[in-house]
Amino acid sequence: MKRLFAWLMLAFGMAYFILPLVGLTEFSLSMRRGEYSFDAYRAVLADPRFRDTFSYSVVMALVTIAFGILLVVPTAYWVRLKLPGLRPYVEFVTLLPLVIPAIVIVFGYIRLYNTSSWLPLTGTTTGTNLLLMFGYATLSLPYMYRAVDTGLRTIDVATLTEAAQSLGAGWVTILARVILPNVLVAVLSGAFLTFAIVIGEFTLAALLNRPAFGPYLQLMGANRAYEPMALAVIAFGITWACMGLIQLVTRFSKHTKAAR
Amino acid sequence: MTAIPSAPPRRRLSLTWLGIVPFAVFALLFLILPTMNIVLGAFRNAAGEVTFDNIRGLFTTSILNSYWISIKISVASSLLGCVIGFGMAAAVVLGGLPRWIRSPVLTFSGVASNFAGVPLAFAFMATIGPRGLLTLWLMDQFGINLRAEGFTILSFWGLTITYVFFQIPLMILIITPALDGLKREWKEAANILGASGPQFWRMVALPILFPSLLGTFALLFANAFGAVATAYALTGSSMSIVPILLFAQIRGDVLQDPHLGYALAFGMIVVTGIANGIYIWLRVRSERWLK
Repeated sequence: MKRLFAWLMLAFGMAYFILPLVGLTEFSLSMRRGEYSFDAYRAVLADPRFRDTFSYSVVMALVTIAFGILLVVPTAYWVRLKLPGLRPYVEFVTLLPLVIPAIVIVFGYIRLYNTSSWLPLTGTTTGTNLLLMFGYATLSLPYMYRAVDTGLRTIDVATLTEAAQSLGAGWVTILARVILPNVLVAVLSGAFLTFAIVIGEFTLAALLNRPAFGPYLQLMGANRAYEPMALAVIAFGITWACMGLIQLVTRFSKHTKAAR
Repeated sequence: MTAIPSAPPRRRLSLTWLGIVPFAVFALLFLILPTMNIVLGAFRNAAGEVTFDNIRGLFTTSILNSYWISIKISVASSLLGCVIGFGMAAAVVLGGLPRWIRSPVLTFSGVASNFAGVPLAFAFMATIGPRGLLTLWLMDQFGINLRAEGFTILSFWGLTITYVFFQIPLMILIITPALDGLKREWKEAANILGASGPQFWRMVALPILFPSLLGTFALLFANAFGAVATAYALTGSSMSIVPILLFAQIRGDVLQDPHLGYALAFGMIVVTGIANGIYIWLRVRSERWLK
């Protein structure tokens, strides 16, 4: 009785997840009347704007990840090692992007860094790109910080640091060659999550007027019928791949640890 | 310890602080100052004087209506997300299902909770939109015309159903650890004392889980309240929920008074801030039990 109810509950929930994805895929395949075809995908892949916006978003995601690692790993490491009293405060700040809606943050950027301000980032293309990157880093901060901090919890930071120091290593060496390899799995799962967030992000890119994948998707959705569905399938595939890679990396690391 | 002279540690302390500076500068420049700018702007007029006119400007019928619709959609989608997500998590953790099912469900939840925004809107458009899979199927098989029944995707229910897609998995991800924390001994103790299954849930499990449940509800609420992309891709500007109103305002489409934009954003911060405050407070309470 209980088990039947559990199966029913699970089946209902799974239907809720799967039905929209089936609908999406079916729609994306039915561009040609009466039969399934990949016409929508072909049209999308041939569109130069797709290639431009998609590669723009991929580059943005990679730069954001690099910046995020450079910012978060030393900070989380330092807080754990030297400033444990600050941990609750730093953690609180990293969770703020979940509290303050992205649209409010970007509104603040536009007001604070416009052309007539003290730091006119939105005045130039490079500046706006930089601002967008900082915005993405802010959005992914809760996930990145939590992932890295959890990773640091599993290793003995103090002992590793002292061992490296007594062998004559400086701070950069310690971070790059001792700490980072030890929390690589955590860093990677944070990185994949960041990638999944940045690649389809709409609000920031649209309001800062950058040619990213998210606004392009929205624009296609407003003007075409089948192509946006194909794009959404691709976007879902990327999210799925990122989560799959997180799983894979985590499992792989458990395996190597068990073998030791 | 008291014998250690105080001068060297103090100098080392001042250097220790340097390690947090990059993070502090980043957080200040790209998180705290922009938000402060909005909050302060909500209480300033064009000349820079302190005023409550912007906040008062929120209390017009149309803007209050947008807040009300936003709150209604957020509450409805979080409630549905909580109930269905809790049911699924309980089914997986306590329902006696095979153990291998747990990991795929959690992975899928991770994917689905991140599959928000524009693509999600398209997925529901393709499913319950005017020419969607489910719409056509109901039409062919049962002769039910959703549109004639008064349902469109550009409505309260359309948005709510779409939001529930990312609310359920978020609920599963957050509540599963809490369900894991329910000790088997409690169930056994309740059984020995003669409690039935429903009695155990009503008198033991739910009171323990209550802070987690309510807290997660608050988090889901904030999550739905701040969402822009899904609603914008689904409805354009036709549905006047607060994030869309603010989006249009920033783009310079509507509303003449720019400081009203500050006030709108400030109102959003207040609503999500309250919801998250409740979440954090209840989380601390619930962690007392679930260790």
